[in-house]
Order: sequence, then C-alpha cells, then structure tokens
Amino acid sequence: MITNFPVQFDENGRLRHFLTIQGLSAETLITILDIAHSFIDFGKREIKKIPLMRGKTVVNLFFEPSTRTRTTFEIGAKRLSADVVNMNATRMSTTKGESILDTVKTLEAMHTDMFVVRDHESGSAQLIASHLPDYVRVINAGDGRHEHPTQAMLDMFTIRQQKQDFSKLRIAIVGDILHSRVARSQIHALNILGVREIRVIGPRTLIPTNIETLGVNYVNNMKDGLDNVDVVIMLRIQRERMDGQLIPSEQEYFARYGLTQKTLNFAKSDAIVMHPGPINRGLEISSRVADGSRSVILDQVTNGIAVRMSIMAHLMGG
Amino acid sequence: MDISIYNGHLIDPINGVNQITDIHISQNRIEAVGNPNENFKSEKMIDAKGQYIFPGIIDLCARLREPGEEHKATILSETRAAASAGITSLVCPPDTLPIIETPGMVHMIQNRANAAGYSDIYPLGALTVGLKGEKLTDMATLHDAGCVGVSNALEPVENSLLMRRAMQYASTYDIPVFMTSWDPWLQGNGVVHEGIISTQLGLPAIPEAAETVGIARDIALVETSGASAHINLISCARSVFRLMEARQRNLQISASVAIHNLLCSETDIGEFDTLYKVIPPLRTKQDQEGLIQGLANGDIAAICSDHQPHSLDSKLSPFSEAATGIAGLDTLLTLAWSLVKTHQLSAESVISALTANPARIIGIERGNLAVGMPADLLIFDDTFNWRLDEMTMMSNGRNSPWFGKELTGKVVLTIKDGQIVWEL
Repeated sequence: MITNFPVQFDENGRLRHFLTIQGLSAETLITILDIAHSFIDFGKREIKKIPLMRGKTVVNLFFEPSTRTRTTFEIGAKRLSADVVNMNATRMSTTKGESILDTVKTLEAMHTDMFVVRDHESGSAQLIASHLPDYVRVINAGDGRHEHPTQAMLDMFTIRQQKQDFSKLRIAIVGDILHSRVARSQIHALNILGVREIRVIGPRTLIPTNIETLGVNYVNNMKDGLDNVDVVIMLRIQRERMDGQLIPSEQEYFARYGLTQKTLNFAKSDAIVMHPGPINRGLEISSRVADGSRSVILDQVTNGIAVRMSIMAHLMGG
Repeated sequence: MDISIYNGHLIDPINGVNQITDIHISQNRIEAVGNPNENFKSEKMIDAKGQYIFPGIIDLCARLREPGEEHKATILSETRAAASAGITSLVCPPDTLPIIETPGMVHMIQNRANAAGYSDIYPLGALTVGLKGEKLTDMATLHDAGCVGVSNALEPVENSLLMRRAMQYASTYDIPVFMTSWDPWLQGNGVVHEGIISTQLGLPAIPEAAETVGIARDIALVETSGASAHINLISCARSVFRLMEARQRNLQISASVAIHNLLCSETDIGEFDTLYKVIPPLRTKQDQEGLIQGLANGDIAAICSDHQPHSLDSKLSPFSEAATGIAGLDTLLTLAWSLVKTHQLSAESVISALTANPARIIGIERGNLAVGMPADLLIFDDTFNWRLDEMTMMSNGRNSPWFGKELTGKVVLTIKDGQIVWEL
C-alpha cells in the first residue's frame, strides 16, 4: 500500500479520526468490534442511554442524502448522551458558494466536538480532518468513491456474528466495485482481519484497473466467483449506471450478476448474504434472497448503531 | 551597458561549448566568448568562478493569468518571476480571457511584457474560434501579428477532419501547430492516472490510452497534412515510442514534457495531496523513466514549466474540485538541474531542452550564445541552498509541491538583451 493516512492518528499513534480502514491495525478493528459487542444489547434496554459523550456536540454534516447512515449515527450518538445536530447541507462545487472548509470551520467555531461527514467527493473527510484543531474528531460517513469505513466495520461485525473466525473465510463482493466506497473499505478491512480470499465479481466496466493491488482476485462470473464462498456481499447498482454506457441493460446485468436463489446455490450452503443498502430488488438481488433466511441485511442495519457507537466512543477516548 | 563575466562554466550546447571561459556582452549582443577584441572595455565585471553560465531559458508553456485572471497573477508578476529563474522567453497558450484570437490581443500582451521589461512573451494564437474546435481562426493574421504558433490550448479538437484542415491551413504559411494530444472521451472527467492511486483513492482516472490514442491520431494527421507540429506535455513512456517512429519517418514533430512529469509519479499524490494535481496527470515510475530516456535520446526536445499559478486556497478542496496545475517558473531550472546532479541526464541535454531546442521549435534566434546573438543568459550557482517560501517565491502563485522545501541550485543573475533583469 502506498499510504497509511497518518492524519487519522495523533502523535502517540492513537486513533484521532476515523477516515479510512486503510492503514488501521487488526487490533484496532477488533477493539472496535469488541466494544460494539458490549453495546449490542443496549438497544433492548428500558433506558437506552449511557453518559460516555455527555456534554459533547456531534454534527452530522451530510452533503449527500442518506437515510440509514445518518439515522444510525444520530441514534448512536444520542444513546451515548451526546447532543446531535443534523445538517443536510448542499454545496456547489468549487468556486460557487462557501467552500467545504469554510462551512466546517463555521460549525467548529460553535464548539463542535465531532463531525460525521458525508460528501460526494473522494478525500473530503481527509481534507476536513487535516484543517481542524486537534481536539475535534472527524468520522467519514462516506467520501465519494473512496471509503465508507463505518459501513465496513458494521459489515465486519455482522460477519463475525455469523462466522466467528475470519481466517477461514472466502468472501465474494459482487457488482459495481468501481464506484463503490463501501467495497474499498470492506476490502481493506477483510484483508486486515486476515480472511482467506476476497473475490470481486462483475463486468470489467465496473471493476477498477489494478484491482489486484488491493489484494483481491477478479472473477467474471457468479458460478466460479461464488464457488465455496462463506459470505456474498452484493453492492448497489445505481440506476444511472444503466444507461448503456457501463452495462447494456438491466436484463443482461441481472441475468449474469443478479443474486437469486439459483445463483446463491453456487456458494456454500451456509453462506450469508449481505448488502449495504439501499437495495434494488430485481436489479442486483431478488426479493426472495433479500428477504430469505440467509440474508443478514437487516442485521447489518441494527448492528450499525452499536458499531457506530463503538467508533464514536473510541475516538472520544471512551 | 557592456558586461564581462569571468571564469564561469559556460554550457552552450548548440555551439558545442562546455568549459570554463569568459563571456563579454556589448549593448544587447554577445561580443565575445573567451578573449574579447582589445578595444572592448566593459563597464561591469562579474566574477562567476564556481558558477555556471547558460543561455536564457525558453519556457514553451507558461500561463501568466493576464488578461482575465489578474487576481491570480499578472504579466508583470510572472515575467519578473521568470527572470528571477533565468527564463528570458515565455510561450503563453491562447486560453486567456479573452482568448488570443485577434491581433489586438497579441499586441496587448507583448506591450505589457515590454513595459514590464523582464522576459519576452511569445503568444500562441487560437487554432479554432473560441477554442471550440468548430471553425478555424484567422491564423495567418495572428502569425503576422506575432504569434509563434497556433494552439487549441487544453481544449480538444474532437473533429479529426477539422484538425487536419487546421494543420493543412497552418502549413500553408509555415505556422507551427501546438497540441496537447489526448482523446477527450478517454480523458473524461479524470483527475489522476488510471493506476494504483485511482483505484486506491477512488478518484476518476485518466488512462494511458487517452494520450497514446490522441498522439497516434495527431501524428497521422501531421503526416497527411505536412504540418509542423509540437506536442506539448507528454506524460507516458509509450508516447515516446510514437514520437520516435515519427522522427524516424522525418515528420516535423517535436515534443515537450513538463518538469513535474519528470520528477514525480502518481504515488506522490499520497493522501489526496492536491498540490500534485496536474493534467496530464503524474503517471508511473516507468513513465517517469521513459520520459527521461526520451529526453536523452532526443525524442522529446524540450522541458517546460507548464506554469499555472493559483492561490493556495484554490487547492484547499476535495481533490476532484481543487485547481489543476503547479506554479513552476521559480523552480524550473533548479529541478531540471537535479536530473543532472543525479546523473539521469547530461548537462548538455538538460540545457538544450531548456534553451536551444525550444528556440528552434518557436523559430527564434535565442538559446544560443554565439558572437552576435542576443545576450540572454543566466548565471547559476548549483551549490546554493535555499528554501522556496513566502520570501523567495517570486510568482504570485503558491501552488507548488516544493513550497516550504529546501532546494539546491539557484539563478543568481539573469541578463535579458544585455540588461541585468535579476540579481540575487
């Protein structure tokens, strides 16, 4: 790997921001998963609050729309007793309007302790983190096509819930890897946790060149790609990619890469099915699989709260 | 003023000079190299012991921001920066605001440069009206007005037939056509080389094929139109092979490379470092080596700064949105000479690529310190340690990856047409 993103660590090597999975150690990931585990039953309690972030202000700064990520961050922060402000901001690119850094500095001047940032440009969270004072924390809730590290952590948590030992696992990630920040973060996390094999499956137009430099194997079809895998991760196909430029048609795509009961049979009999959501039923996954017994898609959402609580608490020194 | 410079190490490749000698200037011309006529009496004597003397540098691609973006830089600020870096001639692409497509614009730019009195500016005229790639400009008129060539700057001419006609028309009047050859479709909205970094950082990518396809087309069009062409800003090693073939077929094609494409590669971008955001993008280590080899072989003729001054604020954005380019005048010779120091290129090939070769490409009698030639030269101290910072950077731009860094080698004196225009 070229870079280890030192910006996310303080001078003692402690995690200051959560910007990328790339560059993190297995211990850090496991610590986050372990802490998340202690929060998992929390949501079922009568009083769902602990004071780990009491008196702290968290701003959810979303320059791109989001339902589940923003909501689970908000619920998580509130359960840690933080005060949460949601900003569904829009921004014009480049010179028009206020720059992204000016927006953030304005909010920082109101003594924000933590920013949860989502933006349509790769590198935005990194940019923001490197221009804020030491005591402010930044969590990347998705930057362009780059990373979505908290999503990857909740996916790791969900896999561990079902499968325990990472070192034995074969994982397949199916679909639009090229535009997917989720896939990049997942690939880093799975490699750091030492899985046996990661395969990426899809047409070449949706796979970045040099994908093997990320430590994965490319397979062009579901039969070979899903053979013997323990986990099938389906990625969302954006409808706008279906304009004949990257994929000829929905029919052709679904026939080759859609996950159905039939294609799922290529995987191990106990393989689980994951999807970061929102799902396109009938485009990348059939309803029967999405709602079936092997699907852990809703577990992912539930786990998102505990995992995000864990990451926030970890950054605040809890 | 008549000036004598003693004991300097003169490198003047076109005249085969590479030795310690004296050089004498009378009025605006070179009076003598070695011993002058006994009647010659200089008014100023300069000791250049331990220092180099080179012809004044001719930079084939520098944006000065005037007219149109004077808040970033002006002809005065940038020609002064050029002079301080030993650059005595600058070629300015036509994508100013307004575009250089009328004789009036050409005159205005040259008058501003003359009034500033530092470096000459040689404008390129627009190849197509509004750089839109649809209609030819009055390029013969622009040439008469002083444009040393025509160019569509960074805008593509998608229509290959129009490009061919532009070349045919330009060749009628021996007007050089300057091109940045890339395929606009493959270029897309890319911001980095398609490779390790684009995959890792999830940034829109520019494949190598964007350049190799563009160059293949443009070379074919040059061959069928008889034009004299210059391909600016080569970034891929494979492009060098295309140029080599073109040279073997005796086509009138030359090429230049930006200094940063020789010194940096995609991995310098690291964690979204926008200071390394340039177009064409920084490519691989192999490309870097291939470009250096191309200079050594003569397949690439010139090194340019591709100077694009911006304020630092314009780089404080997410990578895709950040301004493109490096302010490169101040460091051009220092960085190019570092390739000599590390034995990657000979002193002659680096100095030729900065002086005699670009002079030939734009057809001016400069870059040559023979007796009787215009006295454009510089004195370079290759052991001088300095820091590029707020105090030393002369360009109004601050967007340099070398800003704040220690550098070795600096121009200590520049003479333009016999006048001292810079002295450290």
